[in-house]
Amino acid sequence: MEIFLQQLINGLTLGSIYGLIAIGYTMVFGIIGMVNFAHGDLFMLSSFIGLIVFMALTQLLGLSSPAIAFLLALFASMLLTSLWNWSIERVAYRPLRGSFRLAPLISAIGMSIFLSNFVQVVQGPRNKAIPGLFDGGFKVTQGGTYDVTLSYKQILIVAVTVLLLAGFWYLVQKTPLGRAQRACEQDRKMASLLGIDVDKTISLTFVIGAALAAVAGVLYLMYYGVVSFADGFVPGVKAFTAAVLGGVGSLPGAVIGGLLIGLIEVFWSAYFSTDYKDVAAFSILAITLIFMPSGLLGRPEVEKV
Amino acid sequence: MANISKDSAPGIQWGPAIQEAGFAALVTAGLSFPILALKTDSDVSNKLVLSQRWSLVIWAAAIVFIGRLILVLLKARPKAEKAVSTAPQSNSSKFIAKWIGTAGIIILFVFPFVTVYFLGASGALKWINNYGVQILIYVMLGWGLNIVVGLAGLLDLGYVAFYAVGAYSYALLSTTYGLSFWLCLPLSGILAATWGIILGFPVLRLRGDYLAIVTLAFGEIIRVVLINWTDFSNGYAGISSIPKITFFGLPFTDSESSFSSMFGLDYSPIHRTMFLFYLILCLALLTNFVTMRLRRLPVGRAWEALREDEIACRSLGINTTNTKLTAFALGAMFGGFAGSFFAVRQGFVSPESFTFIESATILAIVVLGGMGSQVGVAVAAVVLVGGTEILRELEWTKQIFGQDFDPSQYRSLIFGGAMVIMMIWKPRGIVSSREPSLFLKEKKSVSGSLVGEGHG
Repeated sequence: MEIFLQQLINGLTLGSIYGLIAIGYTMVFGIIGMVNFAHGDLFMLSSFIGLIVFMALTQLLGLSSPAIAFLLALFASMLLTSLWNWSIERVAYRPLRGSFRLAPLISAIGMSIFLSNFVQVVQGPRNKAIPGLFDGGFKVTQGGTYDVTLSYKQILIVAVTVLLLAGFWYLVQKTPLGRAQRACEQDRKMASLLGIDVDKTISLTFVIGAALAAVAGVLYLMYYGVVSFADGFVPGVKAFTAAVLGGVGSLPGAVIGGLLIGLIEVFWSAYFSTDYKDVAAFSILAITLIFMPSGLLGRPEVEKV
Repeated sequence: MANISKDSAPGIQWGPAIQEAGFAALVTAGLSFPILALKTDSDVSNKLVLSQRWSLVIWAAAIVFIGRLILVLLKARPKAEKAVSTAPQSNSSKFIAKWIGTAGIIILFVFPFVTVYFLGASGALKWINNYGVQILIYVMLGWGLNIVVGLAGLLDLGYVAFYAVGAYSYALLSTTYGLSFWLCLPLSGILAATWGIILGFPVLRLRGDYLAIVTLAFGEIIRVVLINWTDFSNGYAGISSIPKITFFGLPFTDSESSFSSMFGLDYSPIHRTMFLFYLILCLALLTNFVTMRLRRLPVGRAWEALREDEIACRSLGINTTNTKLTAFALGAMFGGFAGSFFAVRQGFVSPESFTFIESATILAIVVLGGMGSQVGVAVAAVVLVGGTEILRELEWTKQIFGQDFDPSQYRSLIFGGAMVIMMIWKPRGIVSSREPSLFLKEKKSVSGSLVGEGHG
């Protein structure tokens, strides 16, 4: 029971991170129908940006409070990662609209390889570890076979995720920008006829997706305390799995899918084997796509001739 | 940042061009600000420290400024002469493609002897092994994947899984049961094809990009299983001391009843390398031959039809699942052949050789070669793989950029960038255009390579 509770906490934490990344996949897929393969590497890049800004603030500028440095690093990472994704969309995806079916995906794969190797070349191939942040936590239960702890990091991750999702939900549902975004998602041509700047809306979609991925990246860095250039691939695939599981194009689906994938991964590792935890995630991806391509909350896809 | 210069009159407009280039440079500076300017290093106590290098940011911004300026100025040029008819052009490109093909085969057949003649046995070894055999493996893999991606239009991101199946088939069959290479070669092809069918059957009704992701997942699953199922595959350590290649039973050793004594030659390790070279050359040519023949058969025509328009294909009564499955299985089979060749050449296999980046490399070869073009794929393999080998040897770059500079680490960076640029610049590939191999009476005015989804 204690183990179960502990794993539940761990799973929800991990799931929050996956959910934040998954939103970026699902939004881009919803609006231009492409799998943004580079999104996982963008997440890794944001982690690096956060790391460097944090280091610069504490070491070079001598900021003494790690909490403030962390917060500033988070904002800087959100800003710069958004700029990255905006540029990537401009350079690698926008010229390909109206090209053949697989062109954007191939371009995205190229971008993914480019990003991870770019970070490897400019920052070196070794793991980067940061000193522990916000260590400590509560003991949820005590005295049993096993102390269940809820660390401050985990609380922070879940709290930030909930807060962001609320803000994000407001943005998509209540603001003119969100309305434009949803309109483009339903019918791009019609939206442009009604005076919505489709290009701008797509750019903003990429920017929002990147900002959420950056939060996930910085939280991931804080949670695990280490990041390397190759860390984008597997979390990226898992977040994509989350998006697929929740139904590609559905925003609540992405969050639910993320939580599910986090829980499945953690419980699989706890009760079966850690060696095969990636296999579990990949298998879920394959099984969902084969048997339930529209996911839990997605609309079934209608093939137009 | 609208494309101001797009519809400008002839005559160079410097103002907007510089404005646009300046904007691009500013963005670049923003992008590279923390990640390029500050490098994280571990110091002696394994603690992270930052080193500053702001000059790199200025360099990056300057390069982008100049590049963007040139692009904008090129775009602003009048385009009146560009609309030439495409028919003679594509004929000439076809002629060039054919000519490259024939010349390439002749050059390849004499290549080992020429290098041995000029460089001597030990000097030639590196050239035949690092350039010849290495490139030909990728040519073969590229041609195998070309059946799946180029002809049938199915994006397969897990192709390396079949390469792994072939390699492990030979490694395990030869070390466990002592089977010879010549028996294992067809067996590994069959095993890989079987895996292709098993994996392909459930996924092939998915739409294009989902298919790509699922094949990626399968590729990773096979690799993770190879790592973790130690009883079967010996995990990370891999399988070593795989039997070496023999000349149809005669070993390449310095002993009685070996290849060299049989033919009355002095023993030299170059014999084995040359034999490997001709073996992979024959395997690659076999792949090419089978592909070219199949293209003329109904199944090959169905592949191309499927690539152009799946719905039209189904409306015409083609069984799309079977058609896709044959492409998948055949591609896998050639991957398996290449895999078992890889195992016999290296004498050692481990899961490290079959990572996603390998799949991406093969895909990059097919994409850059122009999906569907055989000559294009071969040229792309020579450029990408040969280029990688050359990068390793660019010692002089150390003189310019300092001792720490290692050009070969830029390999994947260039691959990724090239894939993006290729998709934007020439999505149909450099060498050849994508044309249907069958016409009704005569060519239509618009060829298939000029339109988005094959509505010509």
